[in-house]
Amino acid sequence: MNLINRFLDRMQKIGAATLHSFRRLGRGSVFLLEVISSCASLFVRPLLVVKQLYSVGVQTLIIIVVAGLFVGMVMALQSYYALVDFGAEDSVGVMVALSLLRELGPVVTALLFAGRAGSALTAEIGLMKATEQLSGMEMMAVNPMQRVVAPRFMAGVISMPLLATIFSAVGVIGAYMVAVELLGLDSGAFWSQPQNKVDLHLDLYNGIIKSVVFGVVATWIAVFEGYDCIPTSEGLGQATTRTVVHSSLAILFLDFVLTALMFTK
Amino acid sequence: MERHLNYPISDRGIVSVMVQSRENNKISYKAADLSDTLVKIRDLHFSRGSRKIFDGLSMDIPRQGVTAIMGPSGTGKTTLLKLIGGQLTPDEGSIEVDGLDVHQLSTKKLFELRQRMGMLFQSGALLTDLSVFENVAYPLREHTRLNEALIRHLVLLKLNAVGLRGAADMMPSELSGGMSRRVALARAIALDPMMIMYDEPFTGQDPISKGVLVSLISELNNALNVCSIVVSHDVPDTLSISDYVHFISAGKVVESGSPEALTSSNVEWTHQFIHGDADGPVPFHYPADPIMDDLYQRGK
Repeated sequence: MNLINRFLDRMQKIGAATLHSFRRLGRGSVFLLEVISSCASLFVRPLLVVKQLYSVGVQTLIIIVVAGLFVGMVMALQSYYALVDFGAEDSVGVMVALSLLRELGPVVTALLFAGRAGSALTAEIGLMKATEQLSGMEMMAVNPMQRVVAPRFMAGVISMPLLATIFSAVGVIGAYMVAVELLGLDSGAFWSQPQNKVDLHLDLYNGIIKSVVFGVVATWIAVFEGYDCIPTSEGLGQATTRTVVHSSLAILFLDFVLTALMFTK
Repeated sequence: MERHLNYPISDRGIVSVMVQSRENNKISYKAADLSDTLVKIRDLHFSRGSRKIFDGLSMDIPRQGVTAIMGPSGTGKTTLLKLIGGQLTPDEGSIEVDGLDVHQLSTKKLFELRQRMGMLFQSGALLTDLSVFENVAYPLREHTRLNEALIRHLVLLKLNAVGLRGAADMMPSELSGGMSRRVALARAIALDPMMIMYDEPFTGQDPISKGVLVSLISELNNALNVCSIVVSHDVPDTLSISDYVHFISAGKVVESGSPEALTSSNVEWTHQFIHGDADGPVPFHYPADPIMDDLYQRGK
């Protein structure tokens, strides 16, 4: 009897957790629609987006540049040692360029973005909620969706493809420094292969589309978690953690889906 | 005949809209008219989860004067203000403000109504990325097309009214709790609202700050001739400035009346609340099983 009760209790908990997850997903979806409809107001006040572009985009730049440089350098090293056995070390340039444009640029940028800018967005909006700033705006007949959430969302969506492009460009420069300057690979071979093999539509555009999708998802999760958090220090901490975890998982899952859609022959 | 004067500045720095009597040509504060109702609450029901906050609450709040809503912590005083402001939706019942059913209004109409309401939050709720000046200017910039010079004049007058014109360039993080509330009060009156709601304005204030806030609420109410709703559990200070008081407990109005009438009330609950008795209709112990059952874990 005790065992049955324990089993039923466990099932009840699983059911409650599942319902809670679906409820949040539903709230999040309605929230996304509200945010998108609120974005129209930004045409009247573009400075709100410019201000957020600085804190969401420009302030994330340093981590993106440093990470891009080291990822490119490591990739050049690894691919050189793998390819040199087959006499194919001239392909280091194209291998690094394709890897960065198709996968690593959008994905690593989005993961770093979720950790740096996403968590900051959640904490900022959550703290505004906890200190009644959002309620205060509502009572001043100012819609916080239009003034607080939409500018941050738009800034995230605009920043992500730009950051991913910078990440990939810096990565290729890092690879060049290692492959050509350090390992002595021919500079002409390093650059000519990517020139021939990298396709504008298939590789560059698809990479940018990926980063836009990641930008929407990562920023959506960040602003929703902040807006929906329990306004206590514990609730805010949990929301910030959820932002990083959920964004990272969503980005990796979507990367698989998008890769399958874009590159399956 | 009466007429409103435009913002004469008294020696205390209060921006006053006084009412002048033509007959004797004397300037005097108009006595609050309690018969004209601004906020009408009828059969209000509201729950948070399984906990019932309001269970058929009804009350009227006059258009003029200071109306206090008092009750112990957790009785839903702040929730009531949020319901009046349309930030929460009741399960049943209605709230009318100036003849408009708050919860039947479209978002646009509700925002128009809120422009005629001011609210002082317990924490001040100042926007932390804006200076004191910009915080007070915020509603003016959002809802008016006034030029910068006029906005500056209005903001400085409002800040002067709360005694903080000198703090215009400070950031909210540099202000004390009492100063934050005064800035928030200046912001609440920025658009010259018809009503101002004060959510626990005296909580956590030192005696001087509390005294300043008490006199500011009273003087602003008289000067601006608005409806002031003060939610508080601070008995002496709140009763000293109120024209009318509602006591609420267990989701209903327990007793209403003038401060003088309630101070001498024979209602047991009112007596306990005003005199701060530890036990009475509001029991000292939160409902629980008998202590022996708990200690010996009987029935667990």
